[in-house]
Amino acid sequence: MAEEKKLFKVKIDNISVEVEPGTTILNAARQIGGDIVPPAMCYYSKLKGSGGKCRTCLVKVSKGSDADPRPMPKLVASCRTTVMDGMEVANITSPEVLEARKGVVEFLLLNHPLDCPVCDQAGECHLQDLSYEHGADSTRYEFKRRTFDKVDIGDKIQLHMTRCILCYRCVFTADQLTEKREHGVLGRGEAAEIGTYIQQSLDNNFIGNVIDVCPVGALTDKTFRFKNRVWFLKPVDAHRECNDPKCCGKVALWMRGDEVFRVTARKDKYGEVEEWICDTCRFDKKEVKDWVIEGPRKIERQSVISQGHYVGVNKPKETLVEVLDGRQPKLLLDIHNISEVNKPNIDLSQINGPAHSDDFNK
Amino acid sequence: MGRKLLFDKAHIEGIRYYDVYRANGGYGSAEKALKSMSPDQVLDEVKKSGLRGRGGAGFPTGMKWSFIAKPEGVPRYLVCNADESEPGTFKDRYLMEFLPHLLIEGLLISSYTLGCNSCYIYIRGEYAWIPDILEEAIADAKKNGWLGKNIQGTGFDLEIYVQRGAGAYICGEETALIESLEGKRGNPRIKPPFPAVKGLWDCPTVVNNVETLATVVPILRIGGEEYAKYGTGKSTGTKLISACGNINKPGVYEIEMNISVEEFIYSDEYCGGIANGKRLKACIPGGSSVPILPANLLLKTAKGEPRMMTYESLADGGFATGTMLGSGGFIVLDEDQCIVKNTLTFARFYHHESCGQCSPCREGTGWMKRVLLNIENGKGKMSDIDLLWDIQRKIEGNTICPLGDAAAWPVAAAIRHFRDEFEWHVLHPEEATKRNYGLAHYADPLEIAAPAAV
Amino acid sequence: MFSEEKLNKVKEIIARYPAGKQKSALIPVLHLAQEVSGGWLSSETMDYVASLLQITPIEVYEVATFYSMFNLQPVGQYVFEVCQTGPCMLRGSDNIIDYIKKKLDIGVGQTTKDGLFTLKTVECLGACGYAPMMQLGKHYREHLTPEKVDAIIEECRSKAN
Ligand SMILES: Cc1cc2nc3c(=O)[nH]c(=O)nc-3n(C[C@H](O)[C@H](O)[C@H](O)COP(=O)(O)O)c2cc1C
Ligand code: SF4
Ligand code: SF4
Ligand code: FES
Ligand code: FES
Repeated sequence: MAEEKKLFKVKIDNISVEVEPGTTILNAARQIGGDIVPPAMCYYSKLKGSGGKCRTCLVKVSKGSDADPRPMPKLVASCRTTVMDGMEVANITSPEVLEARKGVVEFLLLNHPLDCPVCDQAGECHLQDLSYEHGADSTRYEFKRRTFDKVDIGDKIQLHMTRCILCYRCVFTADQLTEKREHGVLGRGEAAEIGTYIQQSLDNNFIGNVIDVCPVGALTDKTFRFKNRVWFLKPVDAHRECNDPKCCGKVALWMRGDEVFRVTARKDKYGEVEEWICDTCRFDKKEVKDWVIEGPRKIERQSVISQGHYVGVNKPKETLVEVLDGRQPKLLLDIHNISEVNKPNIDLSQINGPAHSDDFNK
Repeated sequence: MGRKLLFDKAHIEGIRYYDVYRANGGYGSAEKALKSMSPDQVLDEVKKSGLRGRGGAGFPTGMKWSFIAKPEGVPRYLVCNADESEPGTFKDRYLMEFLPHLLIEGLLISSYTLGCNSCYIYIRGEYAWIPDILEEAIADAKKNGWLGKNIQGTGFDLEIYVQRGAGAYICGEETALIESLEGKRGNPRIKPPFPAVKGLWDCPTVVNNVETLATVVPILRIGGEEYAKYGTGKSTGTKLISACGNINKPGVYEIEMNISVEEFIYSDEYCGGIANGKRLKACIPGGSSVPILPANLLLKTAKGEPRMMTYESLADGGFATGTMLGSGGFIVLDEDQCIVKNTLTFARFYHHESCGQCSPCREGTGWMKRVLLNIENGKGKMSDIDLLWDIQRKIEGNTICPLGDAAAWPVAAAIRHFRDEFEWHVLHPEEATKRNYGLAHYADPLEIAAPAAV
Repeated sequence: MFSEEKLNKVKEIIARYPAGKQKSALIPVLHLAQEVSGGWLSSETMDYVASLLQITPIEVYEVATFYSMFNLQPVGQYVFEVCQTGPCMLRGSDNIIDYIKKKLDIGVGQTTKDGLFTLKTVECLGACGYAPMMQLGKHYREHLTPEKVDAIIEECRSKAN
């Protein structure tokens, strides 16, 4: 007689769910869905060994299990803690968790350049979403931010280390998807960085997936850079017969009119790719005729791209100084340091009427 | 003179060499264990002794050993943690330099108990001359039949290897140590699984401190019960304390855990009082990560009782008024020392040593260091003190490994007990660069709260 | 790059670990490599170590950049690594560092023009009771005073000639 599989009963923010033994708290919460799902910046269900590092998914275990009801002494990383039968977890119902999460977001943003206006990832950046939902309104960090030069790793991928949150996802991706990992984490502590040590290009037919797993704009598609903002593009499901057996050939095309601006893997509502794609599909197939179009892609994730515009933003009616409690706005970044679009030699105030892209192409 | 168990023969000329060590009863405990006791019987003695880990956390060693998984056909490993990098701590170095055979004998007994046939001593890379001493001692022990195959005809095999680190405090954390021993970056692992189940090369592994493993030798010599009669309550036996800072006689001392902090600092047997006739201002009794205490709270607990050199008494009052025995790195500050400066050096240390894996520690340690540097350099603001408090609070308990806590505690304790000195730095930036805050009221007798009426 | 003798040493180190776990030899072998290459690790040296242990170069770079004892830039013949953590600071390590700076006319992290001396500040080396102190090569120099520093510098100069 087949043994009946015992499920574990877990309560997260007072909502009960039954899950298989071995399930993590995070995945149990994802089975429930909605607001009680902890944010995850480093965990990636398709990458073995990922998680535990960013600490955004911390939750409180108020009851360990039916067998041992004691609460856990510290907040735990929900992505790496497995459930026990009878466990009770508090996420958004715990002020302690929300406070700690706010702290983590502040730490993650500490050295982040906040260059969203010129970042390719803007609109689909998990850090942007996270700070919007959990962060404080302003920074208390008064020191110079850590900066790195951006580097090209190959002609298809650019690394903008200043934006990296060291989630290690791209390292796991290279380890698990490619034959020979060529990039990794160098240095220690605050000086740790993603790199190749000796500048070299990453070439492996699956390395492009690092772009999709990167939760921020640290690894970006050079074949797409600055061509367009994602929210002006329409994602379309498409597929092709790919002759690489490891590639599923199922992608999302990011289009405007008949033009394919970018090819990515298809992502689920947690921003994880559904199946990996190869670099040929990603970088070299930018014609509509390369693909069989299936239809518009539904973006489930609550984010700016889901609606084609920023959601939930209340435009303040007060002046900026009032909004900032009397503080004068600080110059957080000089756009010319970062942007290649806005040419510094063009003085906006000298232009007659509204600036037009032609003004920059002179 | 306090009773000694580890250093009882340390004064004997040539004790670091096999012949002298053996002639003075060395390897007697190993002989007893291997020839007349089963591993379980040895484990029992260690349990009875009440020995607690000497690496900092004070976890009962016997209990830790009983957790090791014993799956069929999978090797088990014993790893000796000789990474010793906690500021203020230099006791293991002394043991390894002067009593290498005591450690090897301890490793032999422990490996026999745990059923390990390979044992690694992971020693911090900077102790570059010590591996030679250890390797010579290992070779001599092997020549005399205490290591290798079929030890003393008992059928038990053991090899001991020395592995050097290369400069990383974090590799003292047991899972980071294991990673390093596997030839990787010293990133602590996310637990569970614990090393007792999945450690070195995914095999069951026990990691113990040098002193812990050496102490197994006297335990077997006199018996667990007898050992437990040394010390006080749950702080059984003796403990090595490495004393440093502004005292007359810095060095490594073996104390029985039944003397007071006052005796330890002022008696000629130990530290010999504060150097240059100065007065005691503060002390960090267990290595840089434990809370600093002002003189008045150090010598007496908040209840007015004398504070003793035991795990319990030093921790009396929790973090509000107590501290920890930790690794036994006893750092003494005299009245001329600046708490802000001292805290800054610790913050700099933890910033330097963070592995960088998790965001609160990676980002928070550097932030604390920079804010402290501003205060120290006369650029601090009053709000910076609260900011520091808030940063440390957001690091503590939210990281992968305890280094985050270790970085947070010194900052928290310094602000808790010496806030007025921080404020003075902010209010008198000019003066603070020229002179120190001094002893102030930190040695004044404390008001003892009357016991609550019943 | 390694002599026959060193290659045998590498073999001996690898033999300490179970079969297939030769990556464990990485840190000991990097120490060896640094010793025979003037006290620092170039990328060529690291690539050589990678090939010896049959691991990828990035695995070596990741480790070499993590541990503070590995120098990734050339250093002077004698490296003064002065401890500056609390217990040493309480015993005047700042004065020793200042003294060395003046005496050798270099800043922290710099090397003298003749390539003889490099000054580094380091964190606690486990000699807190014998402070102030520094590491010089394989050994510690403890209870430092300006006079002792003078003597050490002389000693190095005479050995170098
Ligand atoms: C950041 C950090 C550094 C540590 N450094 C050391 C060390 O240098 N030596 C040591 O024995 N234990 C150190 N420990 C404690 C070890 O993780 C471990 O608890 C200890 O080796 C266990 O041995 P014991 O039970 O014999 O004390 C450290 C822990 C942490 C979190
Ligand atoms: S580059 Fe992106 S994926 Fe890689 S560690 Fe940084 S944030 Fe994570
Ligand atoms: S707490 Fe610090 S040292 Fe420990 S894992 Fe996190 S970053 Fe590394
Ligand atoms: S998602 Fe759990 S720690 Fe990063
Ligand atoms: S503080 Fe300098 S050796 Fe420990």
